[in-house]
Amino acid sequence: MMIDPLSVFILLLGAATPILFAALGELVVERAGVLNLGVEGMMIGGALAGFAAAHASGSPALGFVAAAVAGAALSMIFAVLTQFLLSNQVATGLALTLFGLGLTAMFGKPYEGVKAPPMLAGPLRLNLMIWLGLALVPAVWWFLMRSRPGLILRAVGENHDAAHALGYPVRALRMAAIGFGGALAGMGGAYISIATVLQWTEGMTAGAGWIALAIVVFAQWNPWGVLAGAWLFGGVTVLQLRLQAAGVAVPVQLLSMAPYLATIAVLVLISARQKFGRSGGAAAPGSLGRPFHALR
Amino acid sequence: MNRRTLLGSAAALVAASALPAFAQDEKLKVGFIYVGPVGDGGWTYQHDLARQAVEKEYGDRVETTYIESVPEGADAERAITQLALSGHKLIFTTSFGFMDATINVAKKFPDVKFEHATGYKTAENVATYDARFYEGRAVMGTIAGRMTKSNKIGYIGSFPIPEVVQGINSSYIHAKKVNPDVEMKVVWAYSWFDPAKEADAAAALIAEGVDVILQHTDSTAPLAKAQEAGAIGFGQASDMAAFKPTPRVSSIIDNWAPYYVKRVGEVLDGSWTSHSVWLGIGDGEVEIGEITEAVPPEVKEEALALKDRIASGEYHPFTGPLKKQDGSDWLAEGQVASDQDLSSMNFYVEGITAPMPK
Repeated sequence: MMIDPLSVFILLLGAATPILFAALGELVVERAGVLNLGVEGMMIGGALAGFAAAHASGSPALGFVAAAVAGAALSMIFAVLTQFLLSNQVATGLALTLFGLGLTAMFGKPYEGVKAPPMLAGPLRLNLMIWLGLALVPAVWWFLMRSRPGLILRAVGENHDAAHALGYPVRALRMAAIGFGGALAGMGGAYISIATVLQWTEGMTAGAGWIALAIVVFAQWNPWGVLAGAWLFGGVTVLQLRLQAAGVAVPVQLLSMAPYLATIAVLVLISARQKFGRSGGAAAPGSLGRPFHALR
Repeated sequence: MNRRTLLGSAAALVAASALPAFAQDEKLKVGFIYVGPVGDGGWTYQHDLARQAVEKEYGDRVETTYIESVPEGADAERAITQLALSGHKLIFTTSFGFMDATINVAKKFPDVKFEHATGYKTAENVATYDARFYEGRAVMGTIAGRMTKSNKIGYIGSFPIPEVVQGINSSYIHAKKVNPDVEMKVVWAYSWFDPAKEADAAAALIAEGVDVILQHTDSTAPLAKAQEAGAIGFGQASDMAAFKPTPRVSSIIDNWAPYYVKRVGEVLDGSWTSHSVWLGIGDGEVEIGEITEAVPPEVKEEALALKDRIASGEYHPFTGPLKKQDGSDWLAEGQVASDQDLSSMNFYVEGITAPMPK
C-alpha cells in the first residue's frame, strides 16, 4: 500500500507550521535567558484574535497581524511580571497559559461554529504562511548568529550580570525578545484556527504550545534544530493519520501516541547526555530561567 | 474602619446573600453535564437545544443548569457531584464516558435521579437512553454509496466502542448495497470533539482518495476540510446547516427534546422510574436532515424511502445475510441483529479491510 511521499510532505509542512512559529519565537526568548512557559496561552490568544479579525475583515492576512498583536500583548503581561516584578518565570508562564486558555474560552463564545475566510494561497500549493515559516528559520539564525544585536541578546542570555556590567539594557532586550516570542506564538496559533481547522473552538491548540517548548530543547536552542523538530512532530502526526486511512495494520493507539513518544524519546536522549547542572543540558543559555536583579 | 470590622461585615454580607437561596426549593432543578462546548454545532449543541425545550415547556417549574466541556474520567465525578450537592434532582450526563462516574455518584445520592446517555449500566436511580444512530447511518451510507465517484468513502471514528462500530458497519453495508465497488477507510480521532484532529483526519482521508466523509466526531471541522477539497460530507448529531447545500448533503440530527421533556415531566409528577431505552427514527429521536439539491433526485428518493421503511419497522439496517470481517457467519438470510448483539458489537462486517483497534 503505497502512500505518496509528496502529499505526506505537503500535509507535514502544514501540520508543522504552527509549532514552527511558536518554537522559533520561544527560541529567541530563551536565548535571551527567559523561560516563557506561557506559549500555549499566547498561541490560543493569537488563534482567537486572528480568527476574529480574519472573520470580521474577510482577510486572513489581517487575521495574522491581529494574532501577532494579541500574542505580543499577552506576553507583555508575562514580561512585566517577570522582568519588573521579578516573579518566578516558571510559575508566571504556567499562569499565563491557564489565563490565556480561560480568557479565550470566554471571549470565543460568539465565534464558535463560525466559518473562516479562505486562506491565502501561495506557490506550489503551499500557503503563504508556510513559506513565511520556512523563511523565518534562516532569518532567525542569521539574526542570532551573524548580527550584532543577536550577539548581544545571546550574551544577555548567557550571563545577564556580565551583560549588565557592560552596560547593555538587559530588561529592555528581554522585553523585546518576549514580545517577539509572543507575536510569533500568536501567529502560530492563528494558523491553526484560520488555515488548518477553519473555525474556532475553545482549547483548540490542544497542547501545541507544550510541543513547541519541547522542540526548543530538542533543537538545543538552534533554529535549524527547531525546523527539524517541527517537521519530526508534524510528520509523525500526519503519517499516523495517513497510515490509518490507508488501512495499515499497525495498532491505531500506537500510531496516535507516536508523535508524543518521539518527542519524549528525543528529550530523554538529550537530557541523558547532560553533564552540567544547567536546566536542559550544556547547550542551554547560561541564565535561562534565572531572575535578573540589577545590583546597581 | 479596621480589619476586624471589615471582615465581620463582609462575612455578614455573604451570609445574608445566601438566604434568598432557600426560598426557591419549589422548582425542580435539572442539571446537564456536557462532554463538549454548547457551541460545537454538533452533539452537545443538540443536547442543549433539548434543555432549552425543557425550559420552554415547563417554564417556572424548572430551573436548568449545565456544565460544559467536562472531560470523561475522574473530573466528571467531581462535576456531577457538584450538581448533586447543589440541589439538582435530575441530572443528565450526556456522553458514554460518564458512565462509571454517574453510577458512582448515584450510589452516594440515592434521592437524585440520573439519566445517562448511550451507556449500559443502570441502577434504581439511573436510567439510560440511547438513539439508534445506525438507522440514520444506513440512510447516509446509501447516499454515500451513490454519490462517491472514487468509490472510496471515509469514516472519522471517535473511540472504538460498539456505538461507533455500529455506525461504520451500517454505513458500509448500505453503501455497498447500492455500490458494490465501494471501499471504506477508517481513521480514529480518539476524541469526541477535537476540531484540529478531525480536520487532520479528514485531510488524511481526502489524501487517500476519499470523496465522501462520514464522521462520528462532533465538530464541523471535517465539513470545512471537505469543502476545501471538493468532497462531500454529512452533518453529525446536528444539522450543520452552515455547510449547505454542499459539502453537507444531508445530516443525522439527534432530537433529544421529546425524550427530555417527557422525563422531566415524569419527575415532576412522580412517575419516573429507571429504564433503558433505545429509540430510533420511528420514535422521532433520530432525524434525517434536509437532503440538499446537490444530491440527484433519484438518490434522494431512494434515501427517503429507506428512511420510511426503517421508521415503520419494516426494515432493520442489520438484516442478514451478513458475515463478519474474518469471514465467519453472523446473520443468516432474513435474520435481524438483536439489541444485545448490537450493543456489544466489536467487529467489522465482511468487506471492510481496515484493522479494528483492540
